[in-house]
Amino acid sequence: MKLDFILNGKKVSSDIEADSMLLDVVRDMGCLSVKRGCDSSSCGLCTVFVDDMPVLSCSVIAARVEGKCVTTLEGLQKEAVEFGAFIADQGAEQCGFCNPGLIMNAIAMLRENPDPTDEEILSYLTGNLCRCSGYEGQLRGIKSYLEFKKVKKGGNADA
Amino acid sequence: MLRIKKYVKVSDIDEAYELNQKKRNIIIGGMHWLKMGDRQVNTAIDLSDLGLDTIEETEDFFEIGCMTTLRQLEQHGGLDRYTGGAVKEAVKNIVGVQFRNTATVGGSFYGRYGFSDVLTAFMAMDTYVVCHNAGIVNIKEFSARKPDRDIIVKIIVKKTKLDMAYMAQRHARTDFPVLTCAVSFWAGVWHAAVGARPAKAEVVLGEYLDCGRDISEEDAEKFGEYVASRMSFGSNMRGSAEYRKKIASVLVKRAMLEAGRKR
Repeated sequence: MKLDFILNGKKVSSDIEADSMLLDVVRDMGCLSVKRGCDSSSCGLCTVFVDDMPVLSCSVIAARVEGKCVTTLEGLQKEAVEFGAFIADQGAEQCGFCNPGLIMNAIAMLRENPDPTDEEILSYLTGNLCRCSGYEGQLRGIKSYLEFKKVKKGGNADA
Repeated sequence: MLRIKKYVKVSDIDEAYELNQKKRNIIIGGMHWLKMGDRQVNTAIDLSDLGLDTIEETEDFFEIGCMTTLRQLEQHGGLDRYTGGAVKEAVKNIVGVQFRNTATVGGSFYGRYGFSDVLTAFMAMDTYVVCHNAGIVNIKEFSARKPDRDIIVKIIVKKTKLDMAYMAQRHARTDFPVLTCAVSFWAGVWHAAVGARPAKAEVVLGEYLDCGRDISEEDAEKFGEYVASRMSFGSNMRGSAEYRKKIASVLVKRAMLEAGRKR
């Protein structure tokens, strides 16, 4: 069957099977930031946005995104590079396999709640598993990024 | 592994019902649990285009469409106020935000899962399941029925005056619960729904209690023991029957005290 949707701002078309999963479709289209982790809705590695909402692409049947906007990390380059640097600065990426999913979900969180508390951060990101870091570095990275954003915003206001 | 031959996004509920009468066809909700099974599906029936993904609130009730997500339940201000935060508490530890953005209320109800936080929470309220063929069915009756070829269209929660609290025991945040518990006071009676025993939730009423809404710590302790003594518990890798029974009496007590404080 034919699937038409918008991937990272561009109209795309693909021939899919009735049981194709979104994860496989976007990876076949070159979005290799989207990782296959648990493949059972548990780890968050395959997080993408569908109409700006974070979902697990391993469990979304591709046919369901007909006409919708799908965003992967490749479509969020600027935001992701800026934010990712703060995660790296805290040594929180280690093997790095979980990072794309974590960054996607953290961006979703910050869009929904620009000034989260520590508890809100930990709570929002519980669906992103990392087997290397123990999450402390990631939390520090997110907090430093928030501080940076506050300072930057203050600077702009002064100017 | 899940194999699907054909995918159909239906244009009305009658079409979905007709398709669903064939044994190898299936309604797809969030698909998280369905995908884990080893199954050959002829036609996957998608209700996404039927506008059943909203929560409508009136003066007297909530109407929750079957395609409403668990995240919508979590974020709905009216439900949050009505249940004193109990519904939010019930769903907040279900895997993660991304999961809850697609897991549906209809799927959670239809599965009558033994581990379900959602079923436990709604069992403690004045809840009805609207099925396409069977019509309006009380949640307890619905839960007792075996899954059939009917379709859940929506859930109705009557806004009967309610005090409620939800608690669950988990080994780790986002894991399946060891035990789920919702305690509420409505229509003059205390209700305790306990799930993940590891069987699906059941309700015990505190009809013997003559204290009304005003409960003491002793009342709550006795009610906890009473509820635990009236239910059966089983063992699995997360806990033994004895452990669950002990935990049940403690959670019911704590939830009852919390519900009592919420007035």
